Amino acid sequence: MNATDKLHKIEIEEYEQLVKTVKPKPAVFVHCIWAFVVGGFICVIAQYMVNYMIMAGMSKQDAFTSTSVIMIFLGALLTGLGIYDEIGAKAGAGSIVPITGFANSIVAAAMEFKREGYVFGVGARIFSVAGPTLLFGFVVSVLIGLIKVFMNS
Amino acid sequence: MTAPKKRGMQTVVLNQPPVLTSWAAVVGPKEGEGPWASDFDWVLDDYNFGEKTWELAESKLMRETIKLAISKGNYQEEDIEVMLAGDLLNQIIATSFAAREFKMPLLGLYGACSTMAEALAVAAMLIDGGYFLKAVASACSHHHTAERQFRFPTEQGVQKTPSSQWTATASGAVVLDALGIGPRVTSITLGRVIDMGQTDASDMGSAMAPAAVHTIKTHFQDLQRPNDYYDLIVTGDLGKVGMALAEQLFVKDGLVPRPNYSDCGVLLFDHNQGVDSGGSGCGCSAAMLCGPLLKKMHEGQINRLLLVATGALMSPVSQFQGETIPAIAHAVAIENI
Repeated sequence: MNATDKLHKIEIEEYEQLVKTVKPKPAVFVHCIWAFVVGGFICVIAQYMVNYMIMAGMSKQDAFTSTSVIMIFLGALLTGLGIYDEIGAKAGAGSIVPITGFANSIVAAAMEFKREGYVFGVGARIFSVAGPTLLFGFVVSVLIGLIKVFMNS
Repeated sequence: MTAPKKRGMQTVVLNQPPVLTSWAAVVGPKEGEGPWASDFDWVLDDYNFGEKTWELAESKLMRETIKLAISKGNYQEEDIEVMLAGDLLNQIIATSFAAREFKMPLLGLYGACSTMAEALAVAAMLIDGGYFLKAVASACSHHHTAERQFRFPTEQGVQKTPSSQWTATASGAVVLDALGIGPRVTSITLGRVIDMGQTDASDMGSAMAPAAVHTIKTHFQDLQRPNDYYDLIVTGDLGKVGMALAEQLFVKDGLVPRPNYSDCGVLLFDHNQGVDSGGSGCGCSAAMLCGPLLKKMHEGQINRLLLVATGALMSPVSQFQGETIPAIAHAVAIENI
């Protein structure tokens, strides 16, 4: 490394320090509270649904499945109405982590790319945000399946 | 041997300074709620502008702004000999699609958000060089086209960081004429690409501030002008974070006393409009110049203006590949003489 490169590196490090002093920090504590309240609220709604369905005589397995389907529908609906992104701007992880957030990421992409047609737009890019979650979700499910096979054998 | 109109390292002076004879700025609804609504020629009611895609809306935004600038100066479309323009979209389609309805030749430019200054600079040099008498310079951006290209789908529920900026839906166009009455482009400092190792795509201000300060410093050195020569030095879209950094860098680089300095990204919106660090996009500096700033020059409130439009020269591909963000800033001196 010659002298000018070294100098440039020092300049960059100095600048990085300056940026650190100037750049505003995200209000992590406030964000956590919002995420807790909104995320918690979504989960409470879902829990009420599960309890109601079990009370109405549904099996536990069916109640969970139906609730997921309904929550996905609600997430998609709120995305379509242009409300979910407003919630997400405040709630952050609170509205991304629940299954409604997953629905939001797929529907938002579908809406965005509809103008490029159903094949190269919606078809090709619907999972542009949710894709990684799906792929690594599948990979992990296969791994867990394999572990179970070995444990049983 | 040096070129007769070149000064110092990166600056050129214009011997017969081209005149900014007419200008127009059209902005989106959010920008219309900001502090400058009455200074823009047209505030749109919605983001679609009667088109079926946002890309076409952005294209129409530029086309209508150029038409307005031409008609405000009592010109006919045929009078304008060349169009210099650019935008943020891949392959600058907003510009090309806007130009397909004009009969003038097009020089499409890409300097990210520095495009307005780049267009002005090239147009002014072409006119002073004697190649053309009349040119139009323009730049535009649209919030939704930029969001989908550089960030997330617009309905995605994501949280923004305090350093992030709001891409303006805005467009500005200027007609430059070899003859006429109005403020003139007197000198230009073309910017170098400066990369200070910043990688945060939601903090363009930090990436661009060093480029802006470098160009401003070079401008003063090349022309041997005092720091207080200009009534106002205005950077393109550094936002609050970048502007704070630029002010620190002025001191560090010895630009003391500090020049009269502001930033279009900070000026464009009110602080309660939920834009975090401020506005950004090609249209931010273009509309601020062609709206409030040139109006103030016309009224004589500002007589010497240095527009330093700043651009972050990254792409989504370079971001995902972990590259740092190179930045550029071009300075255009506009004076009432």
